[in-house]
Amino acid sequence: MSTATRNSNASANRTPTRAPNELGSVWLVAEREIGSKLRSKAFIISTAILFAIALAGILFAGFASKDVSGTPVAAAGAVATELEGVAGLEITPVADRAAAEALVASGDVDAAVVADASSPVGYVVIADSSAPTSLLLTLAQVPPVELLNPAETDAGLRYLVAIGFGVVFLMAASLFGSTIAQSVVEEKQTRVVEILISAIPARSLLAGKVIGNTVLAMGQILGLAAIAIIGLTVTGQTALLQGLGTPIVWFAVFFLFGFILLASLFAAAAAMVSRQEDIGSTTMPLTMLVMAPYMLVILFNDNALVMSIMSYVPFSAPVGMPMRLFLGEAQWWEPLLSLVILLVTCVAAIWVGAKIYENSLLRMGARVKLGEALRG
Amino acid sequence: MLELRGITKSYGGRRVLDDVTFNVAPGRLTGFVGGNGAGKTTTMRIVLGVLADDGGSVSLDGTPLTAADRRRFGYMPEERGLYPKMKVLEQIVYLARLHGFSKADATAEATAILEQLGLGERLGDNVETLSLGNQQRAQIAAALVHDPKVLILDEPFSGLDPLAVDVVASVLQERASRGTAVLFSSHQLDVVERLCDDLAIIAGGTIRAAGPRDALREQHSTRRYELVSSADTGWLRGEQGVTIIDFDGGYALFDVDSDATAQRVLRQAVTLGDVASFSPQHPTLAQIFKEVIQ
Repeated sequence: MSTATRNSNASANRTPTRAPNELGSVWLVAEREIGSKLRSKAFIISTAILFAIALAGILFAGFASKDVSGTPVAAAGAVATELEGVAGLEITPVADRAAAEALVASGDVDAAVVADASSPVGYVVIADSSAPTSLLLTLAQVPPVELLNPAETDAGLRYLVAIGFGVVFLMAASLFGSTIAQSVVEEKQTRVVEILISAIPARSLLAGKVIGNTVLAMGQILGLAAIAIIGLTVTGQTALLQGLGTPIVWFAVFFLFGFILLASLFAAAAAMVSRQEDIGSTTMPLTMLVMAPYMLVILFNDNALVMSIMSYVPFSAPVGMPMRLFLGEAQWWEPLLSLVILLVTCVAAIWVGAKIYENSLLRMGARVKLGEALRG
Repeated sequence: MLELRGITKSYGGRRVLDDVTFNVAPGRLTGFVGGNGAGKTTTMRIVLGVLADDGGSVSLDGTPLTAADRRRFGYMPEERGLYPKMKVLEQIVYLARLHGFSKADATAEATAILEQLGLGERLGDNVETLSLGNQQRAQIAAALVHDPKVLILDEPFSGLDPLAVDVVASVLQERASRGTAVLFSSHQLDVVERLCDDLAIIAGGTIRAAGPRDALREQHSTRRYELVSSADTGWLRGEQGVTIIDFDGGYALFDVDSDATAQRVLRQAVTLGDVASFSPQHPTLAQIFKEVIQ
């Protein structure tokens, strides 16, 4: 057998060159995890779509806000010269009131301003069914306003940013949470896990999986953050960018540890079952945990108490704290304190997760009970 | 030398391994034989550190096993499995790297072993597209690729066609001849009998017999002889110290009470007719197995 001879000669010279090293094997597992995901067409396409939607949203918002064409208004006589040059109005001079009414009726202009001696201000506004508010505000004498407690952010923007953080967290955490769960069960279901843990410790395998999926999830988050920042810059929304820049950076930091926390728990929960079909039965509580920050931030983004609590609870801090930073409601030390709480929870979750994972990996068949998984 | 000493293991109060003690010597094939649920897989998993024991010790060359030692173990679990959507070569390279090989060495080793096992044409195919027999070969490659010092194979021959059995058997023998200690379990007693140098027989969680195959045969042989002669062998019934087991004209199978009786019977047979065959009968592994597990 010539091949056999060749092989034995080859083997004689090749022994493992690296000392068995736990970090090395953790990275190998992470690398495989990342590689197999990057080669999945479904993953690439869904990521591209997500990026495209984010980019389109920001560009659309940018162009919409830049829309400077004013309200088309017809004006007759002397009023026309008075209104000429007022920001937000596009004046069409007309000969008389009849011509102005004709333009309003045809829909060519939103309203017309014509001189009228009977009016206390000397002119009237003619409109079809309702007068454009922007025109009335331009013409009105508005008294100066002094707010004792000015709202720093308007409600619409607050809502949009809340949805933004909430959706990005929900999507990235549930996508990669379920990815790691499936990957754990795949190894159990195909039985390859027994070979793997005969080569490397179970905790190295778990660490590699968590790190690999965290790298992927962070890649997506950083990609979205880059798109947001570049998009806001390109469309000239620098004011919004200044308000959002710091919260986005904090969001990335909180997401990093928040995801490690969730990923360890997803892996542990998945290790308790042996078939893909059963994943839902053990990961359900975690899915709820991932959904919670999204629901809470949308319902309660204007409730300071709920937001404060959210920003300290480890599972919702990645959404709650950046939101409060954006609203300017958090002191400088608050994100740091919340991050410490998150880190401590993260270490505890890894410890519990690793225990469940190690104790459940070789138990095939029926779902492993939580108590048994913890006791071993 | 891999030494198992007094291994015990219980699951929820039920003792599945009790004082399991035997050796796996380098350069030899050790067959591990036992019925379903006898404790073979549990024993192997404990040796590999995949499962924790409740007592006893496993040592290699006189020192207790460490994680580093176990990296030089090759394992083929009874529950087969590889990543279905990973290419054959990539998969074996990955496993070699987990055992500490550099990427270049892992690739060279993986290619060589897959070619030796007849999978040279399928290196770039996904595992799930291989036939069951070829998946089995890939599985064996996974156990062998890192040139293990100790090989533990749980039922390596199950599900193989006779040709593949020969391929795998020759690979195992080749590894043993290079100094690898090989432990394999099997239900196919004829294959075990043909291949192995040493035996360990387990039943009900205890080792019933262990040692070199030939010594075990010797130990369990009962001075049984087979005689084939041109003359009728009915005269044997009158011989002192002879117990007939089977008898049919010129054929007789019988036990004797001493070597001297055997020689006397042979001389007598030669005077009475042409002796075609007179041979001592060694018990088959199947016979020894049935005897020791009772």
